[in-house]
Amino acid sequence: MKLTLKIWRQKDAKSTGKFVTYSLDNISPNCSFLEMLDIFNEQQISQDKDPVVFDHDCREGICGMCSLYINGRPHGPDDAVTACQLHMRKFSDGDTITIEPWRAKPFPVIKDLMVDRTAFDKIIQEGGYISVNTGGAAEANNILVSKVNAELAMDAAACIGCGACVAACKNASAMLFVSAKISQFALLPQGQIEAKERVKKMVKTMDELGFGNCTNTYACEAECPKLISRSNIARLNREFMCAKVI
Amino acid sequence: MNSSFLRFSSITKKIWMAFLGIFLMIFLVIHLGINLCLLRGDGGAWFNAAAHFMGTNYIVKVFEVVLFAGFIFHILIGIILQIQNWMARPIRYKVNNKTYTPFLSKYMIYTGGIVLVFLIIHFMNFYFIKLGWVSNPHISNGEPDFYLIAPELFIQPFYSFLYIVLFIILGFHLNHAFQAAWQTLGVNHPQYNNCIHWFGTLYAILIPLGFIIIPIFFLFIR
Repeated sequence: MKLTLKIWRQKDAKSTGKFVTYSLDNISPNCSFLEMLDIFNEQQISQDKDPVVFDHDCREGICGMCSLYINGRPHGPDDAVTACQLHMRKFSDGDTITIEPWRAKPFPVIKDLMVDRTAFDKIIQEGGYISVNTGGAAEANNILVSKVNAELAMDAAACIGCGACVAACKNASAMLFVSAKISQFALLPQGQIEAKERVKKMVKTMDELGFGNCTNTYACEAECPKLISRSNIARLNREFMCAKVI
Repeated sequence: MNSSFLRFSSITKKIWMAFLGIFLMIFLVIHLGINLCLLRGDGGAWFNAAAHFMGTNYIVKVFEVVLFAGFIFHILIGIILQIQNWMARPIRYKVNNKTYTPFLSKYMIYTGGIVLVFLIIHFMNFYFIKLGWVSNPHISNGEPDFYLIAPELFIQPFYSFLYIVLFIILGFHLNHAFQAAWQTLGVNHPQYNNCIHWFGTLYAILIPLGFIIIPIFFLFIR
């Protein structure tokens, strides 16, 4: 495959970035998207040029490090995958691919396509935990959990915190991420102890960090590689209302 | 951005937005009911009786204040949320977002803005006459005769065209608003979602249609 790449290049957090156009040839359709970028970077290095910086780690869709906005969609044109699971066969020979970093005030660009997602860590620090006494593990059947709730909690816990929801949202809202983190605890008895404080503190931090407000366009749900449902956002709203009123 | 009003959390503001939106949607049904009395051909008996009741009843007068507050806060919170949303992405994407979303859900601030312009025109044509701020020949015993004032406006093709277009835009606004309000209030369950979706769509079609019938009646039928 022969491709034209338009890549956002930014020297560091303080610099003003710009798009640079590159040509790339001999790319196999069976390459993953990140492998294509690896090949591109090898060529850059061999020509003594600065390689493109991008986040990646596990390359199997479970770590949440990918953060590429490809041709107008977070994680590219495939559904329910991260950029590392995206293959070049999803593109055509001769295509122009525009690659941008996540754009949100709380996600500043560090360099090129790499953004700082510490904002998510700060939200988790405010309540993404439960109180457990140290010591031997208790008998699992002491606290019973319904099958439905266990599965819903697991679905919410599938969130890998990549930030595609923020990147896709026209308001750069983090509601889907926060709602998944709230839901995975709210649905389980173990999560009830800090439930009220958790939701209040996590929402407060989300707002303070400068994420936008949810306007229910559901772009987050459409782009989430882990198919986190919008019903979690409704649960977050319910949890928040109850915590404030009751 | 440090006033206590702005410091309310994003979800609190949205919950207020949803409650006020639902309140305004209920008001629209009442308003439509009164407006449709114009079509009865009873010389304005029903319409003027309803207008008189709305203008003089003390409970309605209290609700009038609540209604104005509802409008003002709905608009104000909407503007604040939108400004915060714009600020949350200071650098825009080069390639426009291609994610599938319900088309009109992205343009609520714009459809809302157009509805606000209509509201101002509507106030100048009706409410300000009632307050005596705008003069009109059809005022007897201090009470304006809206049964005569309304047709005078609707027989003007440009006014009627504008009225119809604005109500179509209001329909777009309501279509997303109805469903979004329930989602914001935490009502999202497989058992109710379809019902909310279809009722919302039906509401967003029937209410504007009801209002649109009136200028069509005066332009082409009467």
